Amino acid sequence: MSLISTPRRDVAWIGRFSALLRYGVLIGVGLIMLYPLFWMVAASFKPNHEIFGSVSLWPQDPTMDGVVKGWRTGTEYSFATYLLNSFAFIMPKVVLTVVSSVLVAYGFARFRMPGKQLWFALMVATILLPKSVLLIPQYLMFREFGWLDTYLPLYVPCAFATDGFFVFMVVQFLRGIPPDMEEAAVIDGCNSLQVLWHVVVPVIMPAIISVALFQFMWSLNDFLYPLIYLSSVGKYPVALALKMAIDVTEATAWNQVLAMSTIALLPSLIVFFLAQKYFVEGITSGSVKG
Amino acid sequence: MAKGRVLLRGVTKCFGAVDVIKGVDLEIAPGELTVFVGPSGCGKSTLLRLVSGLELPTGGSIMIGDRDVTLVHPSERGIAMVFQSYALYPHMSVAENMGFGLKIAGLPKPLIKEKVAKAAEILQLTPLLDRKPRALSGGQRQRVAIGRCIVREPEVFLFDEPLSNLDAALRGQMRVEIARLHAKLGATMIYVTHDQVEAMTLATRIVVLNAGRIEQIGAPIELYRHPANLFVAGFIGSPAMNFMDGIVEAVETNSVSVRLNGATLRLPRHDAAVKPGAKVTVGIRPEHFRVGPTPADMDDDQAVEFDAIIDLVERLGGETLAHLRMPSLSDGVLVVKISGDVPLRIGTGLRVGIRLAQCHLFDADGRAVGEPAARAVVAA
Repeated sequence: MSLISTPRRDVAWIGRFSALLRYGVLIGVGLIMLYPLFWMVAASFKPNHEIFGSVSLWPQDPTMDGVVKGWRTGTEYSFATYLLNSFAFIMPKVVLTVVSSVLVAYGFARFRMPGKQLWFALMVATILLPKSVLLIPQYLMFREFGWLDTYLPLYVPCAFATDGFFVFMVVQFLRGIPPDMEEAAVIDGCNSLQVLWHVVVPVIMPAIISVALFQFMWSLNDFLYPLIYLSSVGKYPVALALKMAIDVTEATAWNQVLAMSTIALLPSLIVFFLAQKYFVEGITSGSVKG
Repeated sequence: MAKGRVLLRGVTKCFGAVDVIKGVDLEIAPGELTVFVGPSGCGKSTLLRLVSGLELPTGGSIMIGDRDVTLVHPSERGIAMVFQSYALYPHMSVAENMGFGLKIAGLPKPLIKEKVAKAAEILQLTPLLDRKPRALSGGQRQRVAIGRCIVREPEVFLFDEPLSNLDAALRGQMRVEIARLHAKLGATMIYVTHDQVEAMTLATRIVVLNAGRIEQIGAPIELYRHPANLFVAGFIGSPAMNFMDGIVEAVETNSVSVRLNGATLRLPRHDAAVKPGAKVTVGIRPEHFRVGPTPADMDDDQAVEFDAIIDLVERLGGETLAHLRMPSLSDGVLVVKISGDVPLRIGTGLRVGIRLAQCHLFDADGRAVGEPAARAVVAA
């Protein structure tokens, strides 16, 4: 008995130690990665002098000053205006991106057309194109349209599936779905658009939600395009408002900037957690064999 | 009135440079259950998809009923199709799945509900109508797929390997259900399968396809007894027919003598169109070998016996498959099916008899020679 039990106890001990080590390393690295985020949230509630004066994460002298003043901003508009401005172009941008990307991806994934391989390769190639290359020609074009200082240049291009990455993503998703369901729908009397709406869209909902979520987050974080096309402060989105808060005053009120950054994070976080269950739940389960 | 008749004339289909269907002429009578069988890639599914309209033919014409539907949209052909993968809509309930076609056609809701309820009753799906497909078992899903067809009241039902995703027990059960459904609805059905048992048990007529061509059309038993060529002979029947190469020695009015490896068989044939010296193939089904002493009522003309060495034994319980070496017949191994659990030892010798009337004979091009073994039918 003792001959067997001794090594067993050893094995159990080694297993427990390795688990401890594993989780210890994971938690440690995780904390290091998240520390800037915690620091930002904590700094929102610190008085300005404490932010760079103390290494402690926890505010020694907690105050809502940064949040209140930051919300009021140094301009004639409150932070709410900038948040609403962001949504004013992000919402149409997300909708147009989803509609156009799904339509184009459906075309690439399911229809035979001459030169399809070439078109698809070209589309993928646009993903690799640096954005700054397009900046000047696009600016000139939108100036001719008289669209400067409006939100149109920010979202109208999305109606033409210009985000090759999203098209690519949906195409890959569609390729993993057997076309039988769509054929059944054709036999049931659907035309191509009805097939797309009644059958394909519900099935690729996880991909659609991913597209919407990514576009939402990236657009909220986008700094360059609003900076180029918008000139009236009253039309600025969140990203520009934050930048403005840094350089309008000589001594930047960092607690205000960080408090507003924290608030600016919230929409993305909320949207992400609301949409999370669609990533987890495979909606196709049960339709085909298995 | 030819409601439910399907007529294919010179139908061809190419995918790029590949000819998948090379000219098919076929008439399916109303109410028939026709099974397309053939090996993988023979074009049987493509042929079904041509009938359904999911693929358009490169050449030829397709009629359903009295209409030429060659270029008609699938939903207007009067067909309904059951897919191998069931192809149910995952986000819809069973009732919505079944009524979807009617909804698209713009039928009023109460009528859809009535038709769905009726079909659900036929298939015993009534308690499941509110469930989503993912909450159903494989057999139930396939029944929903069939239900979706029934509500459309089609002229022709198309089945594309509908049972191949089910386990063996369920497959047997669903096979019986489909046979019953066919009897009840009396509708024309076209059924694609690679499973011989399904083909033999369900079919009114079997269409054997190979490399995009029809090899033979006929009732299941007819194909089994009188295969028109080597391909059909090898494809229909399980385990497959044994083939032995031989050379014609003599041709008489009522017989053909074929020299095999060591022995000469005098096969009864009327007016066989072969010449002495021609290369031929003799075929014997595994179940037509007999182990044990020849019954006294058989003369030498009918039965011949050979020595065999047992190479391998497969016991299936109800029957035993013996792989035998019979040097006088062939260089290869011949499979013999013996009913019951016979004690056989590998390496030992065995006396095996065949009835000459049950032997099949094929010429060098693989075509059956002369009057096929008709006497075997009588004798059996």
